[in-house]
Amino acid sequence: MDARIVVAGASLGGLRAAEQLRAAGWTGGLTVIGDEPHMPYNRPPLSKEVLAGRAPLASLAFTPKASAADVEWRLGTRIVAARLAERTVELDDGSVMSYGGLVVATGTRPRRLRCPGPLAGRHTVRTLDDARALRDELTRPGVRVVVVGAGFIGCEVAATAVGLGAAEVTVVDPLPLPMVGPLGDLLALVLLKRHEERGVRFLLGGGVAAFAGDDRVTGVVLNDGTTLSADVVVESVGSLANTEWLEGNGLDLTDGVLTDEHLRVGGRPNVVAVGDVARFPNARYDGVPRRVEHWSIPTDSARHAAKVLVGADAGLAPFAPLPTFWSDQHDFRLQSFGAPALGLDDIRVLDGDPDAGDVLVGYHCHEQLVGVVALGGQAAARGAARYRADLLKQPALTA
Amino acid sequence: MKVVVDMNKCQDHGQCVFAAPDVFRMDDDGHLAYVPDPDDALRDEVEEAADVCPLQAIRIED
Ligand SMILES: Cc1cc2nc3c(=O)[nH]c(=O)nc-3n(C[C@H](O)[C@H](O)[C@H](O)COP(=O)(O)OP(=O)(O)OC[C@H]3O[C@@H](n4cnc5c(N)ncnc54)[C@H](O)[C@@H]3O)c2cc1C
Ligand code: SF4
Repeated sequence: MDARIVVAGASLGGLRAAEQLRAAGWTGGLTVIGDEPHMPYNRPPLSKEVLAGRAPLASLAFTPKASAADVEWRLGTRIVAARLAERTVELDDGSVMSYGGLVVATGTRPRRLRCPGPLAGRHTVRTLDDARALRDELTRPGVRVVVVGAGFIGCEVAATAVGLGAAEVTVVDPLPLPMVGPLGDLLALVLLKRHEERGVRFLLGGGVAAFAGDDRVTGVVLNDGTTLSADVVVESVGSLANTEWLEGNGLDLTDGVLTDEHLRVGGRPNVVAVGDVARFPNARYDGVPRRVEHWSIPTDSARHAAKVLVGADAGLAPFAPLPTFWSDQHDFRLQSFGAPALGLDDIRVLDGDPDAGDVLVGYHCHEQLVGVVALGGQAAARGAARYRADLLKQPALTA
Repeated sequence: MKVVVDMNKCQDHGQCVFAAPDVFRMDDDGHLAYVPDPDDALRDEVEEAADVCPLQAIRIED
């Protein structure tokens, strides 16, 4: 392959792709294009340490490896279209750039609620600028916060808001328990209780109908007609993949960009996808393509995709990462290995005591362990390491 | 090779231990312990450990 490799998206996936392309032997031109004005930075602290004011913004920047020192960074630049047949991308300044290889690493953005009402006072947390703006509001004395969406990010933000001394923190979700989709009800119940004990209020089983207020949000109107007063609203209702720029190329873009088992896009040897935006089959499980929004995936997928893109993939086994996730909420930590969501029908306590907040939970499919989640203390963490090794040894799961 | 972990950043996630068990381990109290001057043959492992550290606390100096 000649010409240059273009990496679309300058976050964790884009950075790791650039580094791994160099590690895989690519010595040609390498350009990373990203629409944020910042060099790649770490997102998980945005809902935790950064929002809490415990980590300075400057501490978030990744330090690129020396091997990537000659990479060209085009920041503050959006790719508006791609023509894969012609091997070009079009940038928002109207210029067109040709490539020999393309890495899709454009990630996701928060989904927004489409209810009537004012926009001001409603926040999402995806970027540095989002976190900065939300922190300014959460630190106002006596602030009342409503978080819409009881997933990981919503629960982290709620915990952080309580820690910052917010007067009221309420989480609203149509589902009956927080984080129940990815974790199942055993842990979700424990987490609900722990959040409530630490001052978070939950209104579960109903959705949001509208936002009250004229110029700025003053409340959240629920489906049952009640209105919750709110000075700040945080919407954490899932994410949408940034794939619009790939439209018109005959690709499958339903929920991310579909890849094959080697992260190739549209059957093209010179286009790969990494990170949150990639919907890939995991050879470790049932082969159903899924997007996986875990911090570990951009690094794992970039390692694999770089080899494929430079043709250093002779004998390379299909992509089969062990997904890894963590979440910090209040004074406790969750650590997840494998794919708990594939084993929600058979959840077992492997070790410890859920009510004591130090527990190891196993998720099974057809009697096979497919995921492990540790909540809390050191016993759980140590046990998780042992079960993680077991997970790596399991045969591929067949549907 | 010289490895430095910023212990102010490290939150004992243990991800580095999975990537490079010859260099990083959790001690009996669940805190990180590591070899500061591992053999150069372990460079790939250590680079992977640095990549997967959620707090980006691991630095490789030369
Ligand atoms: C608040 C928060 C907390 C999180 N906490 C955790 C956690 O505790 N544990 C965990 O495992 N994971 C966590 N995650 C998930 C983790 O951060 C993501 O999985 C990771 O950031 C994905 O990286 P990525 O590079 O694939 O995508 P992104 O980080 O989404 O990067 C994509 C980049 O591409 C840019 N882009 C998009 N479209 C274009 C375009 N057309 N042209 C140019 N540039 C474009 C975007 O602006 C962005 O900069 C969290 C995420 C958030 C937001
Ligand atoms: S992965 Fe990072 S945070 Fe975790 S123990 Fe290792 S150095 Fe510390």
